[in-house]
Amino acid sequence: MNIVNILEEIEKVDGEIYERLNPRRAAMKSFFNMGKKISLAAMPLALGSMFQKAYGQTALPTAVVNVLNFALSLEYLEYHFYNHCLVGKTPGSGVTDVTFNFPNAASQAAITTIRDHEKAHVDLLVGALGSSARAPIAYADTDFRAGGTFATVYSDYGTFLAVAQGFEDTGVRAYKGQAGNLLVSPGVLQTALQIHSVEARHASHIRQMRTAAGSTVYKPWVSLGASGQANDSGVPQVDAVYAGEDLTVQANVNIANITGAPNATAAKLAAVESFDEPLDRASVITIANLFLQPGKKLS
Amino acid sequence: MKHNELKTKNELQEKSLFDKTVGRRSFLQYAGAGAAGIALVAAGCKKDRGYENPVMGGATLDFKDDFGVLNYAYALEQLEAAFYVKVASAPPASFTAAQKAYFQDIQFHEIAHREFFKAALSTAAIGSLEVDFSKIDFTSATSVLSTAMTFEDLGVAAYNGAGPRIKDGGYLLLAGKIVSVEARHAAYIRDLISNGSFADLNSLSAFGSNNAGGLDGALTPDKVLPLAQPFIKTKISAINL
Repeated sequence: MNIVNILEEIEKVDGEIYERLNPRRAAMKSFFNMGKKISLAAMPLALGSMFQKAYGQTALPTAVVNVLNFALSLEYLEYHFYNHCLVGKTPGSGVTDVTFNFPNAASQAAITTIRDHEKAHVDLLVGALGSSARAPIAYADTDFRAGGTFATVYSDYGTFLAVAQGFEDTGVRAYKGQAGNLLVSPGVLQTALQIHSVEARHASHIRQMRTAAGSTVYKPWVSLGASGQANDSGVPQVDAVYAGEDLTVQANVNIANITGAPNATAAKLAAVESFDEPLDRASVITIANLFLQPGKKLS
Repeated sequence: MKHNELKTKNELQEKSLFDKTVGRRSFLQYAGAGAAGIALVAAGCKKDRGYENPVMGGATLDFKDDFGVLNYAYALEQLEAAFYVKVASAPPASFTAAQKAYFQDIQFHEIAHREFFKAALSTAAIGSLEVDFSKIDFTSATSVLSTAMTFEDLGVAAYNGAGPRIKDGGYLLLAGKIVSVEARHAAYIRDLISNGSFADLNSLSAFGSNNAGGLDGALTPDKVLPLAQPFIKTKISAINL
């Protein structure tokens, strides 16, 4: 990322950014002090902490705080979903309700990778939000059986993966839907985009895991269902996750006409698959609340 | 045969560009009046039918406004589409039926992205780029997969790094709709090379990833273009970065 561009962008909405970041001020001083130690790869984290200090813990624009807390809620949910499974696979953990077996070491390793990323996202967002961060969501606040809709989520590997796919595809849509609200904070937007594409990588892999686990093929990208419906997951209970994913016209361009696919059916599939769609906040909250205990639901 | 179809399609596209302006108008309505003004200025500056002589003069990406970013995306999608068209038309012999089918899919996705930007940018679009795939062995699955991985990971990093440059929320959303599909491709191809490497963020540090933060790659255009240029004969220059 180009820090100068980011500062210039921020200057447009906050003329005092350079004053806030003045080296004489504590924020910039501590940033430069650690500057020598951090690698380029650590820049987003370092920037997050710099901006947090520069603006004070409550000075992120309210809209940005709202987006980040919304994202944080989803990351907590994803983290607990995978973490409970992995804790259940740890001998002596005391968690006894995870009764399915991973088919091989690679599948458990993949879930571990994904769990670790979700934890990293939680930590990153908590750090960026500082005292504005929402109250943590504990595992006890969740209900991944969704009141019985997915009663076998921890006893049946297929159900576990189906719910995982729903979480990842929802996560991709949720970040996409909030990107526009982060235009005022280019540094935060950059970080959110970097999380967004990691969620898409997760979704792709979970879909491949589902294909490997059974006889039904789930494409790594969001396609159409067997009957041409927007939900290609084979799980009608998650229709809401895929509502509107079957769009074939983008910015008034009919994508089905330009894919080069050999026939109308293939062209429609390609048009649907080549663009992922956003999901608005309210729709995402409705989905997330299926997995939260009463009194812990998002609003 | 596929090539012929595409060629025909491109010719049709091109013809339609001169026959009617409906596509451009509707896009400009979408883009909003302010952006429309910029488009008209950009269109005014563009040489007539410049893209019919792809190599002559190279391509300039002017990042002074969102059209520069969109053309940047158009350039990268041209590269990806050309690569997958070639792979899908003659896949390596060791590809399974499922792999062939998915590379067909990816081909259609990348053509859709390329043609979308071309149609959306209309007269503000840069010309067609001439690719240079002389270093790729299209008969070797190893060569094809490693190139595909580079293109997809680089594409993801490019979109992520360009996002904050975009000023218009509509364009940002369109870029977001595409980048997650590229990330799905990237994960699939990485898993073909080594199952479980779908989001190996440590291996993406050269593209700006951060494993500790769970963050994917993100590169600014000045970092991306030198990495893409070896695969593109047409000289691409970037101004107002």
